[in-house]
Amino acid sequence: MAVAAPTVDDNGVPSATAGGHLRRIAMRAVIYGILIVWAFICLFPIYWTVTTSFKAAPNVMQGHLIPFVDFQPQWRGWQSIGLSPEVLTQTSTVRAEFVKRFMNSVIASLSASTLALILGSTAAYGLSRFSYKFFWMKNKDISFFFLSQLILPPVVLAMPFLVLYKELALLDSLTGLILLYTLMVLPIVVWIMRDQFRGIPVELEEAALVDGLSTWGAFLRIVVPIALPGMVAAFILSLILCWNEYFFAALLTSTDAKTLPVMVASQTGSQGINWWSMAALSTAAIAPLVIVGILLERYIIAGMATGAVK
Amino acid sequence: MQQAVTISASLDDIVPSAMVPAGRMRLGWAILALGSLVLAGVLLIRILQAVEMAEFGFQTWRPVLYAYVFWGITLCVSQVLRRGEAGVRALFILPAVLFVIAMVVFPLVFGLYISFTDWNLSSLSGRRFNGLDNIRQMWGDPFYWNALYNMMWYTLAVLVEYAIAFGLAVLLHSEIRARKFFRVVFLLPLMLSPVAVSWMVGKSMMEIRFGPVANFARWLGWDRPAFFTDPWLAKLSIMVMDAWTFIPLMMIMLLAGLQAVPKEVTEAAKVDGANAWQTFWRVLFPLTLPVSITAILIRIIFKLKIADIIINVTSGGPGGATDSVTSFIFREYRDRSNVGYGTLLAMVYLVIIVVVLTVLLNVLGRWMRGYDQQEA
Repeated sequence: MAVAAPTVDDNGVPSATAGGHLRRIAMRAVIYGILIVWAFICLFPIYWTVTTSFKAAPNVMQGHLIPFVDFQPQWRGWQSIGLSPEVLTQTSTVRAEFVKRFMNSVIASLSASTLALILGSTAAYGLSRFSYKFFWMKNKDISFFFLSQLILPPVVLAMPFLVLYKELALLDSLTGLILLYTLMVLPIVVWIMRDQFRGIPVELEEAALVDGLSTWGAFLRIVVPIALPGMVAAFILSLILCWNEYFFAALLTSTDAKTLPVMVASQTGSQGINWWSMAALSTAAIAPLVIVGILLERYIIAGMATGAVK
Repeated sequence: MQQAVTISASLDDIVPSAMVPAGRMRLGWAILALGSLVLAGVLLIRILQAVEMAEFGFQTWRPVLYAYVFWGITLCVSQVLRRGEAGVRALFILPAVLFVIAMVVFPLVFGLYISFTDWNLSSLSGRRFNGLDNIRQMWGDPFYWNALYNMMWYTLAVLVEYAIAFGLAVLLHSEIRARKFFRVVFLLPLMLSPVAVSWMVGKSMMEIRFGPVANFARWLGWDRPAFFTDPWLAKLSIMVMDAWTFIPLMMIMLLAGLQAVPKEVTEAAKVDGANAWQTFWRVLFPLTLPVSITAILIRIIFKLKIADIIINVTSGGPGGATDSVTSFIFREYRDRSNVGYGTLLAMVYLVIIVVVLTVLLNVLGRWMRGYDQQEA
């Protein structure tokens, strides 16, 4: 941006006076200062949670912050959920419970994102390429029908679903949860993928059709490979939303299908707060997405940017 | 968000729809008829059983769900058989449409019905139609109005978040070292689940005795850093936590908007003698205005669903000061099992959202047009 643009004007002659030079250095100091402060704000809660999972009670009480300097790290927190090195080989009920919740979250978010990606990208492709007419609804209306789901607050559907799922015997089942999560992220997938497909020139498919591929063949063999980065972006965004979802899971699941966020939330209430085990649990709950975020940052940013900029 | 469909219909001319033979047409209709018959039959049997006129051994309504899926498949098959190429194309959107109809339209209609009933899951009397009683109760329910009032403040907080997000986006867009590092770090809070955040930040870092934020506040000279006892302070704390998770979302959208501005434009402004401040307000800000509006709208939509952090940190307290509509209805259901009344509240909330957003979009659309003319 203009604020920080290096001044190489005037044919490389150091044009700025001493005052201007100082001002530029001060400017850069302010910019880096803000960046570092905000990076600290972003990272500190994560750092705090990870370190707290290695603290004993007195360390927490005295507000110790730096491992090996302030306090000696211990495996207390990880022991309490059965994941520390010394108990890892033994059987443990707490670990079984944790692994079950973790796997529930994995299954629910992966299947819902996959399902939403399939339904959403075919719909988005259809809407970006063909003109439909269902009764009075044209393409624009159908697009609006999908995208308007985005403003639907989950609470509106919560109680009808509670009752319906009870009647359908889907309460406390992963299938029910997956269907709901698919619904929740479908508009986002449609939104991102519609823009992705719009960016692909139609001539490619025309050539494929002339070469004898069917409509679906052209879609699967020509368009999908090109749109793959966009699909990855949509998939990861869906994954984030599904993995973190709490509201529906809290209402619709109890023993079998309970997911990780519900487990984390339910720990806080009961016997006061068990600091180290809560910290270990939170760390385990956020770790997968933090890793995904670091590794696939490019795709996440690409996905969110697609929708914003035409 | 709505754009004119630009390249649609251009594929329509390539594949001419061949004439469909009459036999295939008839087969298509027959298959659809079979599917509809099965669906109607299963539905009828289940209803008969529900009103206890007959016993067929259906434990639940699940068979109706299977029948609906079967009907959907027959609909797709018959589309292909009857309409040829057009039917094949319809296959792209039919599954998604059928899915959304089953998952949204039907539950919404059902929800509309239960919102006019007196239905408490914990009472034995079951569901009873009570007309407008729920609306009357809502009218006199100070907690619901209080929750709506809080939502107004939560939504207004989006503007502050927007300012911060824009500032960060501008910094990330400027020529800095380690840009990738900062981008990844700034993105991280978005990855974290609100439930984990409410423990990490709300319950432990803001802990009054030894949380690091409380310690920091004490160091700054605040004797009793209680973040959740004073109503306004509690509201502010919730806003801060929510902002912390969602600022990256707006930041990335705005960053994308800034990157889409051609470099020549800012350089031209500089050649014309504009300083950084003028370049920003006269060139970059107007050019990124459409992205800004999209980002703010998306953020508002997410903000209107805020609940997880409130449920887990304050449960709406102190005295309802932090309650959002969603968290209030959540407790209405969980603590009082009041399904009928809770659903009505949610429906009213939906209507308010739709009305407000429609008005907002219209005003914005008009204002944008005005802005364009003014700039041009």
